[in-house]
Amino acid sequence: MLANRLIACFDVKDGRVTKAQQFQDNIDVGDPAELADRLYRDDVDEIVTYDIMASAQKRQIDLDMVRRIAHRTFVPLTVGGGIRSLEDMHLVLRAGAEKISIDSMAVRKPEIITQGSKEFGRQCIVLSMQVKRVEKTASIPSGYEIAIDGARTFTGMDAVEWARRGQDLGAGEIVVNSIDRDGTGEGYDLEITGLITEAVSLPVIASGGAGRISHVSDAFGIGATGAIVSSMLYSPRVEHNLTVEEMKEQLGELGERVRPVHSA
Amino acid sequence: MIGIIDYRTGNSQSVAYALGHLGVPHKLVTKPSECDDIDKYVLPGVGSAGVTMESLAHDGWVGHLTDKVLGDGQGFLGVCVGLQVLFEHSAEDDQECLGWIKGTVQQFDNTEVRVPHMGWNTVDVRGEHPFAQSFTPGGYYYFVNSYYAVPTDSAALVGVTTYGQPFAAAVAQGNIMATQFHTEKSARAGLQVLKAFCDLEVPVAG
Repeated sequence: MLANRLIACFDVKDGRVTKAQQFQDNIDVGDPAELADRLYRDDVDEIVTYDIMASAQKRQIDLDMVRRIAHRTFVPLTVGGGIRSLEDMHLVLRAGAEKISIDSMAVRKPEIITQGSKEFGRQCIVLSMQVKRVEKTASIPSGYEIAIDGARTFTGMDAVEWARRGQDLGAGEIVVNSIDRDGTGEGYDLEITGLITEAVSLPVIASGGAGRISHVSDAFGIGATGAIVSSMLYSPRVEHNLTVEEMKEQLGELGERVRPVHSA
Repeated sequence: MIGIIDYRTGNSQSVAYALGHLGVPHKLVTKPSECDDIDKYVLPGVGSAGVTMESLAHDGWVGHLTDKVLGDGQGFLGVCVGLQVLFEHSAEDDQECLGWIKGTVQQFDNTEVRVPHMGWNTVDVRGEHPFAQSFTPGGYYYFVNSYYAVPTDSAALVGVTTYGQPFAAAVAQGNIMATQFHTEKSARAGLQVLKAFCDLEVPVAG
């Protein structure tokens, strides 16, 4: 049976992993390749890197970082931030990534989802979305709006509608990042994550806000098949970081199916 | 020397990193003329069946691999879409494939399960092929697939995974082996399978 995934998502700024709170006030965590190596050996299920400034600064993707991570961690690697074209996707995959995450660029240029999907297969294209709770209106019926550029620009787009459209355009996975919950430890925004798991038939990843193991279990309970657990693993703001092993042990006690640690 | 077939959309580099980690001599090969010193081939996969077959045909791989693998019995490992193109036909892009293994590739039903099938899943090991010995009982392997293969002859099955329904997680037919999961991205359990392919004496019986 398919296990649910614990995913570490690195927000990378100037070549370093940082940790933000509500997409602001980033503080330094460490070197991405070293952190990836540590988490790989701790049996994390997947690693995502996101160059959080590449999009705003119109910079190229740091392929050397992708190579440094991929050459010693043998779990799936998703790379996002600053990917603007099929050529960029080729470069990232050739550097050792399995999946490409598109966020702001997908909003500006939705056809990039379709192009990537046709070239590399749907499973390669992850639609990452930044969502913020707003007042329900005729144009935002779910009460969640899509933001881009590190939550600095609001688009007027409805989050559930965008998820459906992303699926139609060819995305293979959706990551729902809650701007309100990011780095708060208050738990994932289960309302929007649940609305999206119901709206699409793609795998959906919960992101932003996990502070306790029960939060992860809650996300799995509403149909998310993966959970981003960055703060709990390595945020300097969290008093007691957990290891992946401890998290999986506790999830097992809660009856969740996860890949066991140190198997094989 | 293991030759990793480096075509337009494959993730050849990831396989190279894994073989490097295992200490296995390998190189990326972009065309058949670079293959004089190659003993075994790995066909990695990320792309769609259509794009993969088109690239293989364009770069002259179809004829070369047919000679070396089917003709001379050299070892071959297909990974992910590299497994799917071994079959006769794929529903993805309605694509004619290599047809080395009898059977077809179909799409998961997204009214029953979330598609793509993405994440770590278990593999039930089947059959007597030596490749099967490398699998970890109860082990988890990383899959990313919207399509799945169903061999006509179940003797080719080495591993079966269930996602809505059972499908081929791994197949083996003599010197031809393949996994639907990403051996190079399945942590220690996957590296063990990759290592076993590299170490296996070919041709193999069965």
